[in-house]
Amino acid sequence: TLSFVRAIITVVMTEKAASPMLLLHPSRGLIDEKFSLIVQNLSQIQDITLHALIHSDDGDYWEAFGHYVSDATGFVNVANDSSLGGTYDGVEPMGLLWSMRPVPGSRIGLRLRKKEVHTPMVVHISVYRGHMSQGFREQVALASVVTERWYMAPGVRRVDITEGGITGTLFLPPGPGPFPALLDLWGGGGGLVEYRSALLSSHGFVSLALEYMTPRTSGGSTSHVGNEYFEAAFTVLKQHPQVCGDSIAILGLSFGTSVALGMAVYSTVIQPRCLVCVSGSHVQPVKGSLSDVFGEINKNVRNTRYDEENRVIWRDLLLPIPTDPTKKVDVGQLKCPVLMIVGEDDQNWPATESAEDMKQMMEKAGNSHLLTTLSYPGAGHLIEPPYSPHIRASNFMVAETKQKLVVLWGGETAPHGHAQEDSWKKILSFLEEHLYRSTDVTSQSNL
Amino acid sequence: MSIPPSLPICGCFCLVFFYRCLSTMVGTYPLLSVQPMRGLVDEKIQVVVRNLPPALSVTLHSLHRSEDNDFWEAFGHYTSNDQGMVTVAKDASLGGTYEGAEPMGLLWSMQPVPGSRTGLSGHMTEGFSKQSPLATVVTERWYMAPGVCRIHIREHGVRGTLFLPPGPGPFPGVLDMWGGGGGLVEYRSCLLASHGFVSMALEYLSHDKNRTSDIESTTYFEKAFRIVQEHPLVMKDRVALFGLSLGASVALNLAAYSKDISPKCCVCISGSHVHRVNQAFSKVFRKMNKDGYKTRFDEEGRVVWRDFILPIPTDLGEKVDMGRIKCPLMLVVGEDDQNLATVESAKDMTQMMRAAGNEHLLTILQYPDAGHLIEMPYTPHFRASSFIVQQTGQKVMVLWGGYTKPHADAQEDFWEKSLSFLRQHLYPSPDSVPKAKL
Repeated sequence: TLSFVRAIITVVMTEKAASPMLLLHPSRGLIDEKFSLIVQNLSQIQDITLHALIHSDDGDYWEAFGHYVSDATGFVNVANDSSLGGTYDGVEPMGLLWSMRPVPGSRIGLRLRKKEVHTPMVVHISVYRGHMSQGFREQVALASVVTERWYMAPGVRRVDITEGGITGTLFLPPGPGPFPALLDLWGGGGGLVEYRSALLSSHGFVSLALEYMTPRTSGGSTSHVGNEYFEAAFTVLKQHPQVCGDSIAILGLSFGTSVALGMAVYSTVIQPRCLVCVSGSHVQPVKGSLSDVFGEINKNVRNTRYDEENRVIWRDLLLPIPTDPTKKVDVGQLKCPVLMIVGEDDQNWPATESAEDMKQMMEKAGNSHLLTTLSYPGAGHLIEPPYSPHIRASNFMVAETKQKLVVLWGGETAPHGHAQEDSWKKILSFLEEHLYRSTDVTSQSNL
Repeated sequence: MSIPPSLPICGCFCLVFFYRCLSTMVGTYPLLSVQPMRGLVDEKIQVVVRNLPPALSVTLHSLHRSEDNDFWEAFGHYTSNDQGMVTVAKDASLGGTYEGAEPMGLLWSMQPVPGSRTGLSGHMTEGFSKQSPLATVVTERWYMAPGVCRIHIREHGVRGTLFLPPGPGPFPGVLDMWGGGGGLVEYRSCLLASHGFVSMALEYLSHDKNRTSDIESTTYFEKAFRIVQEHPLVMKDRVALFGLSLGASVALNLAAYSKDISPKCCVCISGSHVHRVNQAFSKVFRKMNKDGYKTRFDEEGRVVWRDFILPIPTDLGEKVDMGRIKCPLMLVVGEDDQNLATVESAKDMTQMMRAAGNEHLLTILQYPDAGHLIEMPYTPHFRASSFIVQQTGQKVMVLWGGYTKPHADAQEDFWEKSLSFLRQHLYPSPDSVPKAKL
């Protein structure tokens, strides 16, 4: 009897269910790379949830999840199969990243931004039994993998810049160069935001992330930087031994667009090869400085609106688009190609209206062939490199006054995610075309 | 020639790809890309150069600085096509350290960097460190996937390093054993963990001569096997043996004779059943010393030890009784193995298993012109290297055999097939698990 009992136990023990396997590739990629994600060794027609988790530099947790059903061979392939629900649905190969949101119980108004670019964003991807929407922490997953998402490719170098009176961070691709370069300008949130420059450098450009929003104190008074600050930054790039001086572009978002357009038209020092303008406007006093842009905006502060959750909508502060030519950059004088990127649900700047007005001005002036506009329905203000989570609103501190608010950026998650993916691809393509490939008369004469 | 590079254990190594051409190119910037930029050691890379003028002679060069501070390099000569592109996966290298369309040639054909002189043509062969490249990228090659955990093992006298894949498990397990060079070699176990196996790299011949006494019987290996088997994340009935050279012989002995442990399957690379390890290691080494007269030397004075076990004995007492093996067995053999008579051993093992009726368990991968050290794919091949004899501490130059290209092909092919073999036997699908018969 004892041996019979032992035999049963042995048989039962060897009939162990095999573990499902998660196959994610590549396990280490750049932040803008797609990955493939397959689950295998499941039972057939099994309900599962795929879950992604990030623990941010700020200590917050972000997650996304999708509900899937395995096929007759026990496979789920995120590239082909439809998510039936979760934080995203449909066939979305990268939905587990761009649909992430803070986990329940998190602080409000969060934005996921990587400060430390030398380390990757680490994402834990797990598969759970059944269709779950909460309580992931309390459940044991069927399988997990870890993937690293990097802003910096191997060999990219990071250099602090304090020369010429400017503050910024320079990123250089590996190799002797020379390389084309970018002046990388963020918006009103201020600070020194490095990750986009790190990523651009990983794509072969020298990129200078410039800190410019913090008012400077000199001679007892505090004011915004003047135009010479941006000219100094451009010169730092132009004179860098590893930069090809006549292949420099400006990439600006929000206020950064104001700077890019204003400088490109009015500065004699700044002669960019091309411009990328995201979520911005040409509305500003002609030949004005940053202070003047703020001045115009502040004049219309009564146009501030609030949504049903009391979040600040600033898009009307520059509306209506003025007809007075002294109040907007004369884009008819632009001599270089411009890529305008606008989100149609931008609640922060009147980007769509500005783009439309710019087009009309350039058509009248005869240089509209230089303008390409990418307009994305359902996208908001913060059109960033792809696969970073969309947030419709977040905490914001006004650099000038240190006032804290919750600002409405706009956009709906899925269309905004798609806009980021599509626009980034086109930005890289545009930059490659104009900075890496085109040889115009100017550069040929230097040979 | 120096001691073989100690390939990085759990981290990565960087390869720097240069692209050079003598003529002054103006107006365009060559765009060099390597995908993935960070990959596992066994992953293929795509190397593409764009934005060149058409029909330009270029040299693609790779450089690696090992942990021992040695420099290794490979290079290929290409001509850009009409679109100004070079695609390494498709285009033929016209010369260099490799020829023909070889997607991974810039890795597996690496050699130690010789003293350099300045090259004078678009197609360079030396002096790379003195020339400025036109473009450079860096790629990282990792043994360790993100989330893999490394654990130092010192338990019951067993010395090793355990690698765990990320996740809740349970996982199949592997006991991983290297050869007579001794020490603790971790990278294969690390890579196995990156592929979903709990794997323990076992140290059984330390460089300290005082430590050979603990492996006199196979108890040491059985204890090691049980450490893997009893780990909470391991499926107890799904633990395999993986061995190279002497490690492969250990695996065969355990599979045939151990009453204590039962591997689910075995992968034996460049090993032989003629080492009766279960009859005490010291006996194996004494026999090797006795057979010392069989040492041959090649034309460069390098030591050839392949004849030691020849002729393959007919006496059953002098070799592992292959008829006793009950689990699937994969043998991997290089036909130009100059260190051990593995081809003859494999043939004899097949005959023994045929006679015993368990040949259906056997899979043989036999590679023409591959040598003894069949290692991770895309890692450089070296036909000979410095070796320290365990017993005497003597340093000799040992001939391993193999020719670079066929050896590289063997490494790529065997690894893919071993992983497949391990998955087939250790990771079955739920529907293939037999139902209990009561």
